[in-house]
Amino acid sequence: MSTAEMRQVRRPGDYRSDVKPVWCPGCGDHHILLSFTRAFAELGEPPENIAVISGIGCSSRIPAYTNCYGFHGVHGRSLALAAGLKVTRPDLTVVVASGDGDGYSIGGNHFLHACRRNLDMTYVVMDNRVYGMTKGQPSPTTEPDFDTALSPGGTGLSPFHPLVIALASGANFVARAFSGEHKETASILVDAIRHPGFSFVEILSPCVTFRPDERQWKTMVRPAPVAATDDPGRAARRLMTDDGFNIGILYRGARKPYRPEFGRATADLAALEKEFEL
Amino acid sequence: MKQAPGVSIAIIGSGGAGALTSGNFLLEAACGAGWHGLLTRSVGPQIRGGEAAALIRLAQHPVECAADRFDLLIAIDWLNAGRFESEIPLGPQSLVVGDPEGGAVPPGIAASGARLVEIPMKAIAKALPEGRANMIALGIAGKLLGLGADLMLEVMNKRLAEKGSAAVAASRAGLEAGRKAAAGLPLAAEPTSSKPRDTRRWLISGNEATGLGAIRGGIRFAAAYPITPATEILEWLAPNLAKVGGVLVQAEDELASVNMTIGGSYGGTPSLTATSGPGLSLMIEAIGLATASEISIVVVDVMRGGPSTGIPTKSEQADLNLAVYGLHGDAPHLVLAPQSVADCLITTQWAVFLAEVLQSPAIVLSDQFMGQSRAAIERPADVAFIGQRARANDINGDYRRYALGATGVSSMALPGTPGGQYTADGLTHTERGVPTGSAAEHCAQLDKRRDKLEHFSYGDHWANIEGDGYLAVVTWGSLTGAAREAISRARAEGIAVRLLAPRLLAPVQPAAFARALEGARRVLVVEQSHGAQFYRYLRAHYELPGEVRVFHRPGPLPIRAGEGHQEIRNWSA
Amino acid sequence: MTRASDVPEISSLADLFAIAYGIEIDAVARYELLADQMETHNNAELVAMFRDLARAEGLHAEEIRRLAGDIDVAAHAAQLGAWKSGDSPEEADLNAAHYLMTPWHALQMALAGEERALAFFQRILDTAEDPGIKAMAAEFVNEETEHVELCHRLLRKHQRPPDSWSHDLDPPGGQE
Repeated sequence: MSTAEMRQVRRPGDYRSDVKPVWCPGCGDHHILLSFTRAFAELGEPPENIAVISGIGCSSRIPAYTNCYGFHGVHGRSLALAAGLKVTRPDLTVVVASGDGDGYSIGGNHFLHACRRNLDMTYVVMDNRVYGMTKGQPSPTTEPDFDTALSPGGTGLSPFHPLVIALASGANFVARAFSGEHKETASILVDAIRHPGFSFVEILSPCVTFRPDERQWKTMVRPAPVAATDDPGRAARRLMTDDGFNIGILYRGARKPYRPEFGRATADLAALEKEFEL
Repeated sequence: MKQAPGVSIAIIGSGGAGALTSGNFLLEAACGAGWHGLLTRSVGPQIRGGEAAALIRLAQHPVECAADRFDLLIAIDWLNAGRFESEIPLGPQSLVVGDPEGGAVPPGIAASGARLVEIPMKAIAKALPEGRANMIALGIAGKLLGLGADLMLEVMNKRLAEKGSAAVAASRAGLEAGRKAAAGLPLAAEPTSSKPRDTRRWLISGNEATGLGAIRGGIRFAAAYPITPATEILEWLAPNLAKVGGVLVQAEDELASVNMTIGGSYGGTPSLTATSGPGLSLMIEAIGLATASEISIVVVDVMRGGPSTGIPTKSEQADLNLAVYGLHGDAPHLVLAPQSVADCLITTQWAVFLAEVLQSPAIVLSDQFMGQSRAAIERPADVAFIGQRARANDINGDYRRYALGATGVSSMALPGTPGGQYTADGLTHTERGVPTGSAAEHCAQLDKRRDKLEHFSYGDHWANIEGDGYLAVVTWGSLTGAAREAISRARAEGIAVRLLAPRLLAPVQPAAFARALEGARRVLVVEQSHGAQFYRYLRAHYELPGEVRVFHRPGPLPIRAGEGHQEIRNWSA
Repeated sequence: MTRASDVPEISSLADLFAIAYGIEIDAVARYELLADQMETHNNAELVAMFRDLARAEGLHAEEIRRLAGDIDVAAHAAQLGAWKSGDSPEEADLNAAHYLMTPWHALQMALAGEERALAFFQRILDTAEDPGIKAMAAEFVNEETEHVELCHRLLRKHQRPPDSWSHDLDPPGGQE
């Protein structure tokens, strides 16, 4: 099949499996699924050439809801799974889906190194500032005074800035989206996937069950006041002073993606064995 | 007690003296003269400038274990050498060459009964331009082993060529001075003349053999994190994988390493990682993921002293429990163990083959003794163990990734294959890979994964079974060589002993095991574990006929053939 | 956040038909999604409600197709690609769903949708210059007005639920 034929006009429905999501009605992730399928349709890649890799958590359920190849791995390790896949299958479009717990807590270390490694893939974190699947514990992005069973009265810890961390670690594309604007989000995802290197998109996704206060987010988000910059210093200043509700592409870098040589042999086994001969 | 024919030499020195370099050159020269040999090394905790010992055993047959006693010890200096006392057993027949300026002889060595001779290696070296004491020591060793000067020089030229002609000249001068200084000392072995180059034999370390076996088996992707004593596998794989079109990625930790390995395999590339005990502990969760989602991966564990950080530079056989029992849930998987430096190649290659065919993780339990030893081995045969994964192509309609069937192996659709889309999952799943909590589905998939391993025909390769007799020695891994030698000494005394050394530790092979021990009335289990892990594993899964004795101790000291021989004798009276 | 929705220009009757058709088709898909969500959350009453609403929107779509005659509204709608941002007027708000929602809530969602659609066609009626478009817009305004009235009638049959409607006696279940 030629590239042109492969990129035939596709509809979002082509990318949806017939598995019905078990997310709570009202969960932002329902919108994100719409964004995913809309983005995939716009890109036109056949579903079998897309791999959606996830960890554990509500957001990580998403691969089975798409009609693409998927891997629902263990908690916090989706970026590593995806890296192994992308290095050996650079032909695939690899999208990694995670949440604020899976991605920033247990997955934190891999987050740093994935940004630094800059493989050509897109990392989507559905941030609801809580651990939904395990019933409501604070996450690394939860406000310090948010009362929970495991941290009565709040943790007292400042949430960190995932976008700043991504930038500092070398991500080549940094954006924030809001699940409620699912078409704008789709558009950001298309951009992110098309952008070479490691693209990081944090999507604010209200948790209707454990964070009903997040219903307000739709009145708090705003389009980012300035266009994306390609200057990491400027981006750093903006992101450090960002209040967490600026929506849009915030940084578009020009780092060359990491693509290790793979698949081209220059020697055979006999050549390898020569060094051992007495 | 009579030592088997052969000769053992140790060269020790500290502070950058170059004992290990001399040891390596000596091994190469000796093997060039037709000897078989095994070099192991022992080092202090320093990165550089520490005390180091090159321990070499030469024989006319393949060497797979340490000798009972050393014939020759050359000490470039004695600084902190007390650390090596228990690793270099000496006796009245041994010769110790020391340097009068080298410090005090460690009490254990002085009291061994060995003959002590002094040669001023440091002073001799000082008198030569760019002279080095380790070359003097090498000259002494070569002379006393009966190795021709020309052979030694050949090795020197080859190995030092890149350092320039001055270095080569200095080394030649050192060798000659050493040979001269050794005049009058008793030879440790008969002189041999150099033999024509023999490309049927290799000089290779266990870790290198592991890497080569992996590539032979089809591995083209490795993701790993360095850890002693496995790092050399990665160092060898990095450039060599690249040559054959593969790639090694250094990951940020072991968790990333094993998950990347799974990702690579999911995409269709046979993939591997290598680590040691602490790393394997970290990887266990992901190995469970590979088991549940039926992904082929190979995880090499070069075992070292444990528990926890343990003794990183020494060998032990105490990761068995972790390898076979470490996964939560019921998660049968493959566990294999090579038995010698040469076997590291074959067993790793076989592990890749099995992992690919059975869509399962395979843990390969190597150890520091094999991994970091260099040995002369026969060139391995080109065995046709190339992994063949059952792939789903040309999918029309209803694809079921985890379809139940006769063998338990279901075909795997690789990403990019139209119609084969599925989500691999650690969650318990149906044949289609859909998560489920159903009792029937859970059981069905558990049965599938168990049956695919148990119904497979592993052939004779599952164990080395040798000899006959009512006494059977059952052991595994690097102790197999020592057991074999102990048995051959016993046989020479008229005691019939059989050897059973499984290479495939999991899944267990009860029928084959029972056949191997038919007629045996006494079972001697030999292992290098404080808790006798292997013995308890055998008890749990196998019938052990008659009486059973266990000869076990933890690392760091190797179990020597003489000790095994004594145990056999004691039980054969 | 308020953003100007990216509604395409209506420069022909075909455009108007296509957009009207698209609005109904989007609504069908959205109600089906909501029905699926209610199904996985065992709210049988709402499954039936949302399937009914989907069916109703489907009938509206068919009506528009009939009205459009020879115009291939489906193809034209796909080509136009309207509603580049935000939901189209009758797409029910996914964020307003709740697993314990009642028919009253669903009808409120439907009412909101119909009101948005009415406002949309009213704007076209007010601003269009082409008489053909104006006439058809008027038709659509009438249609949507009827839909709004229907919603009100149905709502009068359902009591507004008490404040405790979303109280669940069971605790949440951790999953992984």
